[in-house]
Amino acid sequence: MEANRDKSPSHPPRGKGALRRACGRVPLLGWLLAILCAVLLEHYLGKALADLLGLRKIPVLLGVVTILKKPLLMPKTVLFVFLIYALPIGLTARLIREPANWLAERLMRMPVLIPAAVHLAILYAILHIWGDVSAYRVLTLKLTLIAVMLTLSLNVINGYMGEFSCSHPGFMALGAYATSVFTVGLFATDKIFGPALLPEALGVYLFPVALFLGGMVAALGALVIAIPSFRTRGDYLAIISLAFLFIVKSMIENLEFVGGPRGLSSQPDYASLPMVFSACALCVWIINNFVRSTIGKALNAVRDDEMAADAMTVNTRRTKMVAFMFAAFWAGVAGGLFAHVLRYVNPATFGIQKLAEVLAMVYFGGLNSVYGSIVGAVSLSMLSEALRPLEIFKWIIIPLLLILVMIFRPTGLIAFKEFDGRRLMQPRNRPDNEV
Amino acid sequence: MALLEIRHMTHHFGGLRAVHDYNLSIEPGQVRGLIGPNGAGKTTIFNLITGIYRPSEGQILLDGAPIAGLAPYQIADRGLGRTFQDLRLWRHMTVLEHVKLAHYSKLRYGLFGAFFGTPARHREEDRITRRSMELLEMMNVAHLADQLVPNLPYGAQRRVEMARALATGPKVLFLDEPTAGMNPEELIQMMAIIRKVRQSLGLAIFLIEHRLKMVMELCDIIQTLVFGEVIAEGSPEEIQNNPAVIEAYLGKEIVE
Ligand SMILES: Nc1ncnc2c1ncn2[C@@H]1O[C@H](COP(=O)(O)OP(=O)(O)OP(=O)(O)O)[C@@H](O)[C@H]1O
Ligand SMILES: [Mg+2]
Repeated sequence: MEANRDKSPSHPPRGKGALRRACGRVPLLGWLLAILCAVLLEHYLGKALADLLGLRKIPVLLGVVTILKKPLLMPKTVLFVFLIYALPIGLTARLIREPANWLAERLMRMPVLIPAAVHLAILYAILHIWGDVSAYRVLTLKLTLIAVMLTLSLNVINGYMGEFSCSHPGFMALGAYATSVFTVGLFATDKIFGPALLPEALGVYLFPVALFLGGMVAALGALVIAIPSFRTRGDYLAIISLAFLFIVKSMIENLEFVGGPRGLSSQPDYASLPMVFSACALCVWIINNFVRSTIGKALNAVRDDEMAADAMTVNTRRTKMVAFMFAAFWAGVAGGLFAHVLRYVNPATFGIQKLAEVLAMVYFGGLNSVYGSIVGAVSLSMLSEALRPLEIFKWIIIPLLLILVMIFRPTGLIAFKEFDGRRLMQPRNRPDNEV
Repeated sequence: MALLEIRHMTHHFGGLRAVHDYNLSIEPGQVRGLIGPNGAGKTTIFNLITGIYRPSEGQILLDGAPIAGLAPYQIADRGLGRTFQDLRLWRHMTVLEHVKLAHYSKLRYGLFGAFFGTPARHREEDRITRRSMELLEMMNVAHLADQLVPNLPYGAQRRVEMARALATGPKVLFLDEPTAGMNPEELIQMMAIIRKVRQSLGLAIFLIEHRLKMVMELCDIIQTLVFGEVIAEGSPEEIQNNPAVIEAYLGKEIVE
């Protein structure tokens, strides 16, 4: 439907390096396969190469952590990253360019679900194999995927709808606790809820149901905010949602049956990587569908000029309430996953700091953009992990980076860009398909 | 029964009496004009009819059904489409998206379709894309469909706004100074477009306009508003020759 907009000028890009041009002709499928080769290489040869180079172990996050911890290891680490990632990815991508284009072309002729499934499957394989190297990587991956869900759902409110909401950690908390009560109560033996009522192995099939319930509880919480906030025009949402955040936190602190301030633990181990990955992919898919539909575009209209939206038959209040609850739903699901990844939650997690993190990801990545939220969430999560060895300086570098982005790109890195999966998966061997 | 009928509409802003005892009846296919000096209350009358304000007194009947008190989106859905004097476009949306969005209340695929991209949704989106492109063609802005509105020349923005208003499927189209700030060339285009809309869609038009030449040429019946009160109503000739109108309003311009 947005086909017209995608017609890029067909003259060849001038002034770009040959390398850049060569890269532009590799389809997404080619890149994914190339990366798959690299992670396979690391999986089979990484340990040996690390030994050979005299590194104690495989650098966890592309070597950044290692370099920051022991600057002397820098040459070896860089060499490792070059040999395992940069070189193989570059070579493979170049080598399989033509077959990958051919394959992409064939795939795109099928119903779009099939190429999408193929791409997602390869992406999952990459993450799985990459994560296999250490438990730390798996944890980082899961938390990053959850951050993507949180960021994207907050972007629906703060970016697409142009309101300022502060209650996202509150929705996360509602989702986390609701899901945990469901799973711990039914499937785990716990000192608060007593023995398991049902076998734990059964629970994993009901986990999506638990997540859905968590999301619904969060959406109900959102309704409580939405009713007073969207009654009249004006900026009440920021303040009401901030109040909501504190109320949720102190409410949980005072609820003894979920452990009060001590928190709730012994969640069963249901949030496996495939589970988190599927939830994240579903979230991105549904939100992207929504914001690209005319019904979803009503959010943009309400943001840019509410009076005009009203005069063009848009029920603005309903639109805002629905979008707000929809975003809260996904924050709740993310919260449920979060609780089961860490297998412990306490109310202190869902405070101002969490809010600052998510807001930073939204504004860093870019408003009104699915790409932006993915980039923002992934880059800030990874950066925050990679810079951990810097300790206190991490909290100087990251804010500084944010300030720079705000100065040079006030709406974020990749703002106001439509995420078109079909176009992303296109073969790139014709000049008009280059990016 | 007239298509749109307004009886004894009065509105106060605090102590200010912006509109007093206003009456109107528009028949299908008619073009009505509303003229008057700055601050006379013309835009306020539009805002009252389209539901932005609720009149302090009086009745508004569309097809015989009262609409005063309904929300603007409900009134728009029932068949009153409008443009704004101060161009209210959505600055992050493309021209095509503007016109598509004005089909909002007629969309049937619902949230489920929006979330899951059902075939029904794609069919409907395709249908409104086609219809929107037709309207853009009628306004001579189809070639700008993929542009963001802030990049467009002023005259084109006005025409986009008109295409958007038409997309709501109005029975009466309200145009609030559609040629304000236009150069003579854009003005001529706009007049041609208004004629075309009237002919091909056969809807009634209610026009606020400062340029008398345009009102006189386009309208069947003209009302003159001064301080919220209609001081004269009649055909262009009658208005042109009405001494009260000349004194209150035309006089200035004729002297100029
Ligand atoms: N929301 C409002 N609150 C208070 N007063 C208002 C409001 N809207 C308009 N007015 C006043 O009502 C009067 C009529 O305004 P209106 O905008 O309807 O005039 P107009 O005939 O459209 O003038 P113009 O030719 O300048 O567009 C003016 O005195 C204006 O200041
Ligand atoms: Mg006016």
